[in-house]
Amino acid sequence: MRRVARPSPGLFVAAAGAALLVLLPLAYTVAEAVQVEAAEAEELLWRPLVGVLLVNTLGLVLATTAIAAILGTACAWLVERTHLPGRRAWAVLAAVPLAIPPFITSFGWVSLSAGLQDFAGALLVVTCAYYPLVYLPVAAALRGMDPALEESGRSLGLGPWRCFFRVVLPQLRPALLGGMLLVALNVLVEFGAFTLLRFRTFTTELYAEYRTGFDGPGASLLAVVLLVLCLAFLFAEQRVRGQARYARIGRGTRRRATPLPLGWARLPVLAGLSALVVATLGVPLGMILFWLTQHSAAATSPVAVSGARLFDAAFASIWLGLAGAAVTVVLALPLGFLVVRHEGKLIVVLERMAYLAQGVPGIVVALALISMTIGTPLYQGAALLIAAYAMLFLPLALVSVRAALAQAQIGLEESGRSLGLGWAAVAWRVLLPLAGPGLGAAAALVFVSIVTELTVTLLLAPIGTKTLATQVWADTSTLAFAAAAPYAALMAGLSLVSTWLLARRFGASGLFAG
Amino acid sequence: MQAHGSRPRFRSYGRFGLAALLGVTLLPAIGRAHADTLTLYSAQHEQMVDSLVETFTKQTGIKVRVHAGEAPEIANQIAKEGASSPADIYFTENSPELTLLDEKGLLAKVDAATLAAVPAKYSAADGNWVGVLARENVLAFNPSLVKEAQLPASLLDLAKPEWKGRVAIAPSDADFLPLVNAVAMLRGKPAALAWLKGLRDNAQIFDDDEGVVAGVDRGSVAVGVINNYYWARLRTEVGAAKLHSQIHHFAGGDVGALINISGAAVLKSSKNQAEAQKFLAFLVSRPVQDELAKGDVSFEYPLASGVAPNPLLKPFEQLQPPALSMQDLGDDQDAAKMLRQAGLI
Repeated sequence: MRRVARPSPGLFVAAAGAALLVLLPLAYTVAEAVQVEAAEAEELLWRPLVGVLLVNTLGLVLATTAIAAILGTACAWLVERTHLPGRRAWAVLAAVPLAIPPFITSFGWVSLSAGLQDFAGALLVVTCAYYPLVYLPVAAALRGMDPALEESGRSLGLGPWRCFFRVVLPQLRPALLGGMLLVALNVLVEFGAFTLLRFRTFTTELYAEYRTGFDGPGASLLAVVLLVLCLAFLFAEQRVRGQARYARIGRGTRRRATPLPLGWARLPVLAGLSALVVATLGVPLGMILFWLTQHSAAATSPVAVSGARLFDAAFASIWLGLAGAAVTVVLALPLGFLVVRHEGKLIVVLERMAYLAQGVPGIVVALALISMTIGTPLYQGAALLIAAYAMLFLPLALVSVRAALAQAQIGLEESGRSLGLGWAAVAWRVLLPLAGPGLGAAAALVFVSIVTELTVTLLLAPIGTKTLATQVWADTSTLAFAAAAPYAALMAGLSLVSTWLLARRFGASGLFAG
Repeated sequence: MQAHGSRPRFRSYGRFGLAALLGVTLLPAIGRAHADTLTLYSAQHEQMVDSLVETFTKQTGIKVRVHAGEAPEIANQIAKEGASSPADIYFTENSPELTLLDEKGLLAKVDAATLAAVPAKYSAADGNWVGVLARENVLAFNPSLVKEAQLPASLLDLAKPEWKGRVAIAPSDADFLPLVNAVAMLRGKPAALAWLKGLRDNAQIFDDDEGVVAGVDRGSVAVGVINNYYWARLRTEVGAAKLHSQIHHFAGGDVGALINISGAAVLKSSKNQAEAQKFLAFLVSRPVQDELAKGDVSFEYPLASGVAPNPLLKPFEQLQPPALSMQDLGDDQDAAKMLRQAGLI
């Protein structure tokens, strides 16, 4: 693609503004933490609790990542490389859990058995929720891999297992590592699933700090520890992503590798996959359906769920989702355009800065924004919540916006200009029709993420605004599972339908590239 | 991405869709305050507050928007917001947060008629907040793990080595802080700190009282320190037949039987003083207190004179709380500090 050397100052300022905006909470939190006096900081950081949190959080991150790696890779290999009956259905079922918010998975399991409120329970829930983050890239890598390599291995006498470990696995390394790091990052910033499970991690403890002291110095110090962990994983992920791919050299047509017969393993494999689907989809969705049918006084919340309340919550979720998606995509546009059409060190820095926001957990964003705006007109307003969404999801939108803008060839734009159109007309009549579907996908992805977002919504929702997510949370935390069920059902439904529509139009692998 | 197939359709609708989406963001922010709307900052249980507010609006036509949170969080929030606080009323589970705001001079006098509805010892001495409901601290226990006869005589015994691993607490729940204050008041700070350190070694830590009572009920821990409210709530949710836990009332004026007062106040900065006072009067009015006592929502003792509590609760006169006044309990600020020193939060 041709690039224009110098961006207009307006474009540059808009892009830089967006990049700086998303880093505002990070900068503010660090600045707050630095101001804490050394003695107090030492007392707050070297208390035994921080050790417990480190063990809990890192233990869970490591265990989840390892299990997700094995599960995801095994699923991907079975789907892509064997004579698995119902292959295409399994391929979909393995990816769908990603469309169910983890705290809904948590709701399902915790309402099934309160015995899950410990490390094992937390491990089960987040593994169920996040293993597709490994499955999707590994399956895509397996599809893209040149089967000739494996065939050479086999013809040189390697058995299927040795062939997998010596030929296939080394080629999967970038996809697998990238997926694992995404799992780790997501577990680190997860909040809702763990509060419902009453498992203490850095995010839940930050919330506890907030509850016992609003915005004291303890919260900002804990937040910095969490930030350091998140950014470490994010940098690792970026490095892995940047590594050279193991591309095929030949240009011939793609063909699928010759699938292996499963033989005697057929039934055990089918049973294993079925168990996985029951755990990841059956339990969360099944428990929602179960609680929807429990109307007896013993199980429902004291306040009946009325149609009006359900409508209000759904309306708030959708309204915030649409507004947040629009603002986020608009913010991502100048940055995406700058990156696609221009080059330069500063531009690379700006893009990296925007992606850095992926390493800032929602709870940190929310706490920083509360402290920053208290006493200003922005405080407790819907605009602040929408800004928070934009800060959280700009990196997500940027991936799709970039891809969409890259599809619009610069030549067509130049033709428009040379035929006498102004820049606005070119944007409206040339750029938007070309990049539109991709921008729509970006907006839809952000919309789904906002509708299923809990942490920031909980802390920043304007007074009186209740969304589907905050209602599920309020009812579940008082053990009123039946009252939470209709909200959970609506939210899971919204997320599943939007994701399905998106995937049908753009393909699953493209969707989850970010 | 396969954009080609969809391009013609996008050209006709898509751009206008995108424009409409942008338009949505220009809609005025929803949920802004109107003149006849009260803003209630609540640390009481959301379901209960929701139904109270609904009734209040039906009776008076005054709308109420609710901001819910944990008691110390909201108290500190109001203190931070200061004179610009949007809150008209603060309704909370425990008295220390009200005392804190009163010390900072943020509360307005409660109408004399409202104060008169409740025995004076359950409201602020200076009349700046009114007691609405009371709840008792109790010990939930699982009879399959510990016999009733082996239960401790005092809350302080739970720090002894024989309770290692067998007790559950929720130190970051707002209901735990008054207990810490009470122990410090009765035994002195060093003793209270030693007690907390003992608990740190012994206790399984939960986020909130709901978690504690659920943990005791499912048998993962023998006893748990809670307010009676949570056990009654669990009993209603799962049904008496499926319940595996019971509650033990500390006796003889032990600190473990401390009574927490749930109260309400009008903020000095409120621009809707008259309406806010109406809400306070409503909270302690006979029909509302009767309703709170009867329903399956609250399980707290109504404080208005002559209202009988829920029969599921031990009669209020039979409780044997420690000899502490609301003023003795203070404002929670030291309690949080001590919890941190002991390594509990």
